[in-house]
Amino acid sequence: MKGPLFTIRPQGDRCLSLDFGQEISAETGLMCLSAAATLRAAQISGVSDIVPSYTAVALFYSPGTQATPVTFASLSQEVKRILSGELLPANASSRVIEIPVCYGGVHGPDLSDVAKRTGLTENEVIAKHSASDTMVFSLGFSPGHPYIGIHEEIFAIPRRDVPRTVVPRGSVAIANRQSTIYPERLPGGWHILGATPLRLFDLAREQPSLLLPGDKIQFIPIDQKEFDRMTAELDGARP
Amino acid sequence: MSLVVIKPGMLSSFQDAGRHGHQPLGISVVGAMDQRAHQLANTLVGNDAHTASLEITLTGPTLQFKKPCCIALSGADLSATLNGQPIAMNRPIIVRPQDELAFGPRKHGTRCYLAVHGGFALAPVLGSTSTYLRSHFGGWHGRALQKGDEIPLARPLKNKGLEDLAMELWGIKIYLPSAIADSSRQRIRLIKSVLWNEFTPESCVALLTETFKVSPDSERMGYRLSGTPLLMSKPRQLLSEATTFGTIQVPAGGQPIILMADRQTTGGYPKMAYVATVDLPLLAQLAPGDALQFEAITLERAQELDAARERAWQALAQTLKPIQDLLFTH
Repeated sequence: MKGPLFTIRPQGDRCLSLDFGQEISAETGLMCLSAAATLRAAQISGVSDIVPSYTAVALFYSPGTQATPVTFASLSQEVKRILSGELLPANASSRVIEIPVCYGGVHGPDLSDVAKRTGLTENEVIAKHSASDTMVFSLGFSPGHPYIGIHEEIFAIPRRDVPRTVVPRGSVAIANRQSTIYPERLPGGWHILGATPLRLFDLAREQPSLLLPGDKIQFIPIDQKEFDRMTAELDGARP
Repeated sequence: MSLVVIKPGMLSSFQDAGRHGHQPLGISVVGAMDQRAHQLANTLVGNDAHTASLEITLTGPTLQFKKPCCIALSGADLSATLNGQPIAMNRPIIVRPQDELAFGPRKHGTRCYLAVHGGFALAPVLGSTSTYLRSHFGGWHGRALQKGDEIPLARPLKNKGLEDLAMELWGIKIYLPSAIADSSRQRIRLIKSVLWNEFTPESCVALLTETFKVSPDSERMGYRLSGTPLLMSKPRQLLSEATTFGTIQVPAGGQPIILMADRQTTGGYPKMAYVATVDLPLLAQLAPGDALQFEAITLERAQELDAARERAWQALAQTLKPIQDLLFTH
């Protein structure tokens, strides 16, 4: 990839955002991840955080104490220079993360509703959801909370009218052609299809977040017995 | 143990310059709401801004020291006393074993910062000792102080020669550079966002001329303001993206929310403006019920002011080097 098209705008005096598009699409999302990876590798002085989302990349910076401070103008020039060269790939590690999911039942209270809304059977929803070619586009809302996309058009269903005040940890949910997984008990308005026994965020690990932007995701249907077995195994593995 | 919590106060939590570098994983920056007061208190006891201070909110704690140390208080004036005697803000103060630090009525401000020379002995999580209250990690067991907590100090002082040290510290004159001392502005300065012109002309005028009030449900995550509703000419949905400290976002109802230290890393409400970094400390010292007004400045002006304050910190650390030297050689 070379010479991506983007516009630059300030978000206040310590953040600069690059816009790569207006609509959610796999192409724009990949471009954001690729630009973020390239900018991160450039180790720009004064920049503390580079945060990709579906259509934008935000760079957080501070002026520093040098005689010539880092400003929006100076950083814009730097960013344009860096992004005019070759870009790094969006998924540099080429990781594919398998997410076992126990669909339906107590773990997936919205599976039947999603089936109704999409005109599919429950088994078809499971099959389509787990067969989707998806990746992590960003994490946000809470530590390790992924935005996974992009599912096919049939899953373009809006969020629930009334969000739940409590969604259990591990819940796998869908809305607007995206999936998420709740790393902890949180409020949430997405449709819950099932649950994974995996821990999405664990400070005891060297990298606390199981998922990173750019990871490819493979959902794998499991039954309750397998869910219980994996849960017991993960609990036993904890110090 | 070097510090015992007799009473915890309303909300006392350890905070530093923030947990930067992990926003792509959804980890909020958190850190001190008033970075100016936090850094000032630390500078006065010879620390840098990455050392956690105790952020004390409205009703202060009662703390008993078990070891000698040097403390400083900056930010809100909550009528601090040491063994019942009023103590000065913005000065290094020597504390002796069994001394009791307490707080009284709020004179001004909302958040007071207690720094101690060498810092509190806290385990860093992902490079920071700030308390992430919502996700329950960092700081002191990921939570606000509770009665009976015993907090170790990283570098308590020696008993020997404490009186001489106190006298020498008292002899040091402290002048704050104007870029750091200035904290009595009437209007909070903001920078317009690229969406500014998508708001109705009435809304733009209202934000810059009318008085807004801090709502009761304002806290470390965000300040909700009440006042004239701010409306977009043609309301539209925006995609979720990274958020900043000081973003003035406007949900459909038209009552703005200013995102503060504990903001979530991403959000999708329309952003009308951003509070200039230099004035975030003023905002952090407002309490529910307080009134505020805004004025617009250019991005360039905001960045000049921000850079000037950063340089002033460096200058102040140089000026106060004698304090640091005295404490480290004690």
